[in-house]
Amino acid sequence: MKAKIEVFLKPEVLDPQGETIKRALHTLGYETVKEVRQGKVFYIDLEDENPEKVIEEIARKVLSNPVIEDFRWEIEK
Amino acid sequence: MKNLEKLLEEHNLTREEYERIKSILGREPNLVELGLFSVMWSEHCSYKSSRIHLKKLPTRGKYLIQGPGENAGVVEAAGKAVVFKVESHNHPSFVEPYQGAATGVGGILRDVFTMGARPVALLDSLHFGPLERPSNRAIMEGVVSGIAGYGNPVGVPTVGGEVDFEEEFSHNPLVNVMCVGIAEKEKIFYARAGKPGLSLIYAGAPTGRDGIHGATMASAEFGEETEHKKVNVQVGDPFREKLLLEATLEVMERDLIVGIQDMGAAGLTSSSSEMASKSGVGVDLYLDRVPLREEGMTPYEILLSESQERMLMVAREGKEEEIKAVFDKWGIDAVVVGKTTEGDRFRAFWHGEMVADVPVKSLASDAPAYERPYKKPNPDETWKESWTRERDWEDALKRILSSPHMASRRWIYQQYDHMVQTNTVLLPGAGAAVLKIKGQKEGIALTIDANPGWGRANPEGAAVLTVAEAFRNLACLGAEPLGITNCLNFGNPEKPDIMGQFVATVEGMKRALEFFEVPVTGGNVSFYNETQGKAIPPTVTIGAVGLVEDYMVIPRPGRVEEGMGIFLLGWTGRDLGSSLYLKVVLGEEGGRPPEINLERERLLQRELIHLAREGRFAYAVDLSPGGLLPNLAEALFHIGMGAELSIETEDEEVYFLFGESPSRALVFASGDLEAEVPVKKIGLVKGERLTAYVNGRKKIDLPLEELKKDWENFFPSLFDR
Amino acid sequence: MGNRKVRFGVVVFPGTNCDRDTYHVIQDVAGEEVVYLWHGERDLKGSRVVVLPGGFSYGDYLRSGAIARFSPIMEAVREFAEEGGLVLGICNGFQILLEAGLLPGAMLRNRGLRFICRFEDLVVENDETPFTLLYQRGERIRMPIAHIDGNYFAEPRALAELEGRRGVVFRYLKNPNGSLNDIAGIINPRGNVMGLMPHPERASEAELGSTDGLRMFLSAARYVRES
Repeated sequence: MKAKIEVFLKPEVLDPQGETIKRALHTLGYETVKEVRQGKVFYIDLEDENPEKVIEEIARKVLSNPVIEDFRWEIEK
Repeated sequence: MKNLEKLLEEHNLTREEYERIKSILGREPNLVELGLFSVMWSEHCSYKSSRIHLKKLPTRGKYLIQGPGENAGVVEAAGKAVVFKVESHNHPSFVEPYQGAATGVGGILRDVFTMGARPVALLDSLHFGPLERPSNRAIMEGVVSGIAGYGNPVGVPTVGGEVDFEEEFSHNPLVNVMCVGIAEKEKIFYARAGKPGLSLIYAGAPTGRDGIHGATMASAEFGEETEHKKVNVQVGDPFREKLLLEATLEVMERDLIVGIQDMGAAGLTSSSSEMASKSGVGVDLYLDRVPLREEGMTPYEILLSESQERMLMVAREGKEEEIKAVFDKWGIDAVVVGKTTEGDRFRAFWHGEMVADVPVKSLASDAPAYERPYKKPNPDETWKESWTRERDWEDALKRILSSPHMASRRWIYQQYDHMVQTNTVLLPGAGAAVLKIKGQKEGIALTIDANPGWGRANPEGAAVLTVAEAFRNLACLGAEPLGITNCLNFGNPEKPDIMGQFVATVEGMKRALEFFEVPVTGGNVSFYNETQGKAIPPTVTIGAVGLVEDYMVIPRPGRVEEGMGIFLLGWTGRDLGSSLYLKVVLGEEGGRPPEINLERERLLQRELIHLAREGRFAYAVDLSPGGLLPNLAEALFHIGMGAELSIETEDEEVYFLFGESPSRALVFASGDLEAEVPVKKIGLVKGERLTAYVNGRKKIDLPLEELKKDWENFFPSLFDR
Repeated sequence: MGNRKVRFGVVVFPGTNCDRDTYHVIQDVAGEEVVYLWHGERDLKGSRVVVLPGGFSYGDYLRSGAIARFSPIMEAVREFAEEGGLVLGICNGFQILLEAGLLPGAMLRNRGLRFICRFEDLVVENDETPFTLLYQRGERIRMPIAHIDGNYFAEPRALAELEGRRGVVFRYLKNPNGSLNDIAGIINPRGNVMGLMPHPERASEAELGSTDGLRMFLSAARYVRES
């Protein structure tokens, strides 16, 4: 089965990359863009009887840093 | 087999070359074999257009250990072997700037550490189109990040380089990367295969379809379809490179291998056939054992893949397991993929079936060599009276200093880790780089120079001037040149005009190097730098290595004190053609480049080296390009103090202030300075302004800070808005 | 304890690239004893000070320092720290200590989004740690930085706690990367685990432009000798 995990900065953490992209978009004329937040996506292919538990654990322990990041995941069967 | 014409075109082979292959094999080649010949006989791998000319270059010298023909050249410095080479990655950097530059760094690093040397420095020579255009800015930004993104993680400092801008580079940027390593003299490794019956070990990244026919891509002009060529882009993995480096040095240290070669252009094919050819043995490859990254790869693809971070080694007898254990420790795959054999055949097998069988030498050394027709260029002799007219020198100075050609390169080099390995004695920006050699009092000085503006006007003269400039940069630090490496960047050699530029350039290099008695130790030629028929100006890049006798006492801006004298050493002529003054202030291209008298140049350099080693001056700078005033201002920025100049000249002022006569240097010293070349005291280090009286009249009076601000801000204001 | 040499351990992760520089300074300049500690092992080989040097452990591929913290050696380092052993994280080593939770906070990409390599002026904020005994509080020192993820972040409460207990050891005089409160280096509450982004090993020899970093190694050695 395949899982998709998204990791992104917490709302209260400044995202210098997102800010820069937003400024660039404004210069390019996309004035309607209010905010850009950059994140990461991981695609994981696994065979496991309890995938929810494993994915949750991987996302929490390895793929994200709880000081600055949140995550969410979904499993496509 | 499909239509032969089409097949040959796809493989960039001519009909004559095909006939030659047939006569070598005594039969028609199969598709795999055609692929082998196409890469090994490509311009990139075989130097078929340049070989007969390159042979003219001097390759002997008193410090030489290894000349051209190996992965890199070697000279001796302070009892150590200094291994170095420059290579171009121009075409890939246009197609995908970040990865193109990154993999360029990766390739040249491997060239150096396959020789048994730990890489200690990187330098690069970069040429882009004008930055007013966003596409050129994007290329430059990508290239700079690519160099940083690869060099920084591997832990090799990027200590120097040069960058410049000309219209023709918009579609053909130049990315020439130089790497320098240090080894023990008796522990240099070569591309050798030893004797029959030894195992070939593949180590590094698994093979994918990367860059299949990259070598042939670098040997053809770009058309309009560069987008389409993106499939050829190779992606670099600096992390794996770092591990490969450590593991490779460890198997060498433990004496487990006979020979080694990087799988660069033409991958497995070139590395195996070149090692076998040099040792007069044959080679059998078992392609089904090669680690693969993609499914369904064919023997053709496996043989021609240019996936990065891979090495091919010839194991010492019975050492296979020990070698594997070392690579395993570093987390790198290492597998036996073949063996050396009696005889002269290059054979490849796929699950027991033979898929290619050709003579080793036909691939590695029997590529055709062409004496292409050439037409020597007519040097640009333009000279105009109007150039010399007096203008507002303050304005001219400001414009040159804040132009892309002269503005501070700090924005670039601070993205590179230039201090890792803790050898960088002279930081980038203030002249050539100086590295210490740990445990010794000696150091090495490194510089890389190119000037396409001169090349456009007079290729032969440009080659002479560039060699002289590189050595002068070393001399300002008291460093004697030990050897050079070079990168020759040109358009399509099938055109007689371009070939003429090439021949003239080689002749110029030969003349200068023979005069200075310094050898070429290697390098590369990059042809086909043209798009839609428009070629780059001929550009010779010279990377030079010099010996510093005592790195603790080198001249440097920090040693200059208030009240020291400013001396001009050397001869000032009437050299304004192809200068920055012309280009930036008058908006004119071209014109007769500076004239150089090599005897005088040698005298000047000897004096600089002698005075520097005696500690007679605090700091010295070379004056071209830009001429006296801009280079003085730049030196003062590094020193952090102003100056008061009083200049007497009988000629037009512009020659003295902005002319680019080569055999000169500006020297900061206390007391009087005597030398065997003309010496003129032109001022004092003083205060916080740059003031200049010319023939008694005040012509320049500016606060240094104000000048410095514009000089410093050019690149940040362009890229970091 | 006399003048016996203090043994330092320099940890080598795959991708570490300042290990040799750090080793050189400790042995040849500071004149102490030093051994390499391999990431795959659990033995600290009797080290009294463990240094996590700079580099790009595991290519910094997930986040800087994120993968290295799972190495076997880090278990040993954690135990060592819990027993009060001295641990110094430099640059990537600092990032690893943050990821491992041995120090509070996290690193974000530099404000300018670019790698920055240059000398920076720092102010010594705390001269009572084992690593800064030979500095003066308020002293200005010069050391190079070389990083792209050095923008220090901590939640307001954690930051207040850090400042409240004088956990900030070094501050930038001119903030190069956007770090909160100009933070360049911090120490844990117990005072035995310190991390900093600047490179002391690159500022330990006069010919390289500064010797301000050398005292950090000398301080740690003296602290161990006198304890």
